[in-house]
Amino acid sequence: MALLQIAEPGQSSAPHQHKLAAGIDLGTTNSLVASVRSGEAQILTRDDGPVMVPSAVRYGQEQLVEVGQKALDAAVFDAENTILSVKRFMGRGYQEISQQAEALPYKLVDQSGLLAIGTRQGVKNPVEVSAEILKQLHVTAEQALGGELTGVVITVPAYFDDAQRQATKDAARLAGLNVLRLLNEPTAAALAYGLDSKQEGVIAVYDLGGGTFDISILRLQKGVFEVLATGGNSALGGDDLDQTIVGWLLQQTGETEQSSQGLREYKLLARRLKEKLTEHDHVDFVLPLQEGEHRGQLDRATFEQLIQPLVRKTLTACKATVRDAGLTVDDILEIVMVGGSTRVPRVRQAVAELFGKEPLTSINPDQVVALGAAIQANVLVGNKSEQDTLLLDVIPLSLGLETMGGLVEKIIPRNTVIPVAKAQEFTTFKDGQTAMAIHVLQGERELVADNRSLARFELHDIPPMPAGGAHIRVTFQVDADGLLHVTAQEKSSGVSASIEVKPSYGLTDEQIMTMITGSMAHAKEDMHARMLQEQRVEAERVLEAVDAALAADGHLLQDEERSAIDASLLRLRASKDSADVEQIKAAIEAVNISTDQFAALRMDHSIRTALKGHKVNEV
Amino acid sequence: MNYFELLGVPEHMELDLTVLSRHYLELQRRFHPDQFGNASERDRRQSVQQAAMINDAFQTLKHPMSRAEYLLEQRGVELKHEQQSFQDTHFLMQQMELREQLAEIAAAPEQTEALQQQLEQELSQQQQHLRSELSAAIAKQTAEADALAAATLRKLKFFDKLQQELEFIEQQRQD
Repeated sequence: MALLQIAEPGQSSAPHQHKLAAGIDLGTTNSLVASVRSGEAQILTRDDGPVMVPSAVRYGQEQLVEVGQKALDAAVFDAENTILSVKRFMGRGYQEISQQAEALPYKLVDQSGLLAIGTRQGVKNPVEVSAEILKQLHVTAEQALGGELTGVVITVPAYFDDAQRQATKDAARLAGLNVLRLLNEPTAAALAYGLDSKQEGVIAVYDLGGGTFDISILRLQKGVFEVLATGGNSALGGDDLDQTIVGWLLQQTGETEQSSQGLREYKLLARRLKEKLTEHDHVDFVLPLQEGEHRGQLDRATFEQLIQPLVRKTLTACKATVRDAGLTVDDILEIVMVGGSTRVPRVRQAVAELFGKEPLTSINPDQVVALGAAIQANVLVGNKSEQDTLLLDVIPLSLGLETMGGLVEKIIPRNTVIPVAKAQEFTTFKDGQTAMAIHVLQGERELVADNRSLARFELHDIPPMPAGGAHIRVTFQVDADGLLHVTAQEKSSGVSASIEVKPSYGLTDEQIMTMITGSMAHAKEDMHARMLQEQRVEAERVLEAVDAALAADGHLLQDEERSAIDASLLRLRASKDSADVEQIKAAIEAVNISTDQFAALRMDHSIRTALKGHKVNEV
Repeated sequence: MNYFELLGVPEHMELDLTVLSRHYLELQRRFHPDQFGNASERDRRQSVQQAAMINDAFQTLKHPMSRAEYLLEQRGVELKHEQQSFQDTHFLMQQMELREQLAEIAAAPEQTEALQQQLEQELSQQQQHLRSELSAAIAKQTAEADALAAATLRKLKFFDKLQQELEFIEQQRQD
């Protein structure tokens, strides 16, 4: 989490030109990339390769990194260096994961509180592992589309907290992708269905993915997708269904102590059995053991009994979320099924029973999220001149602050529509106090210990005053991606207190820059080239925006203001092609300063007249 | 520009929620950060702020209690709900009685269904009564009426809390 996050600018932004955009479903088990081509969302593949890339990354010999099926195949004999389901580790602490009951075949490393994995290529954190998958999809997309991507939409489970979202965005940055938006997976699925079939009404999206379960209640009307409530469980998914079969298999074979390699064999068999039981009533299997082999049979009734507790957990979450939306199950018009595990007949049946109607399954449940993301990416990049979809999202978990006695005071309740900003005032305890610490938490419980720590903020440079004299106004802003930004100001003096952010489960900006540098062969030169490119793109954007603004509303300016703006524009035009990053940066900043008031004036004017039927030019 | 102007609705307690919601969506269609994907950094930051303000305006005006609170604040009425103590002893006695009933329900949610229904009815009646009192007071637009409105609003908050607690108990019983 960073203060005033600077998103990476995309490439060219020349108007009226078809821009390449893609939607990415970065899944626990599989990942997909899709794009809108000739008006239709399609999954992109490389050389007619597989549609789904297994979310598996293997750190092999001689710095070789394998991603996808090859890595998955290697998992059996090189479990330690092959990371599967990395999504479960995103934004998680070492303590959280290492204390989990399930044994992992990795060398878990504590990277200053964050979880990382020791491989033969050194310690890798989940952001780096995810970036490898994203790089692969990046290449696939650019090859299939035949050009550079302007931007991507990446989907995340609706239930992801700030740290998990930030980690996803960091991974994209590391993979050299410009993220237009993080989109909730269920929302993406609804988008795919909504635009195809023009649904109107309240729908539920039941998403049982590889590692997460999400239930979202959305209202669709005239192109507006409104998330009413989201719920679920970020540690429950298809992998857990497999795990119940693994447990059963272990009972059958009588084996207990498992080498990491053997455990992987069990898991792969479990997955195969689950998939086969979708079509068949019973499946025979052979499992190689340490000594000899085990032959057996699993029938559907036994399987359904095994998974019943997990299915019930999802139904409980469904009921709670429907209630959060202020509705009853009878209000739900349609249920969209997402995720490979919704192919399990028992799951479909249980959902149909709960809602009293058959769920929608016409779009491939593995692809529907990526397809929806592609549709939204196409809109956000500006390929659709008529913007007719509006996505209103909510914050999935409440944000709160630590108060006296280890209690949490909520400042932004869950399911609040984002973006949202809330200001809170703090005062000093002691005479002359110049610093203050704020602990931000995410969750629904009352005690600090029961919630997830997001970050600790330290306010410095508070002007010294008597106790209670300083009034520090701290603004918590959650952007459209669900990411938190914090700013602070001392009210009486107007001094901006500087904030030092210590994300509890995230990487600092410096760490990410180091990772980006470290991932490049010719680090220094590449880094410089990339930063230069970013600044040039931003310069183009600024010039284009200001030119358009002047053409539309230049008459609002006094001569003096106008000439100051013209002068700064001239300087930016002159320096934008230079090789000096700092010079371009400074010239952009100068234009921003000279146009700040103009921009605020235009925004204000535009908001004032927005509802009056006046023709107002775009801001 | 206050929230009523922003959302293009008259500055009244009685609002047409359909119009409010339509205007809100019109504004978000134009100012939501998704419309600024290709804009410069500064413009994007600005759009996040604007969209947050539009969201806050809509949420504030959508619910009668926050709408009333906002209206009174606009008129300069201080609403220090926590600090001010109630002079109205009748109201306080009533609250204590209701709290006792709630405690009885909480202690044995399974055996008190009749009482729950009765309490629910009483709460909704009282709230309805106070709400119309509030609307009438705000419509008068005098300092005296505004002070009465502020007191009524505070009472409503007590009822609101009771109702939330009752709903919570009922939900737990159903689970």
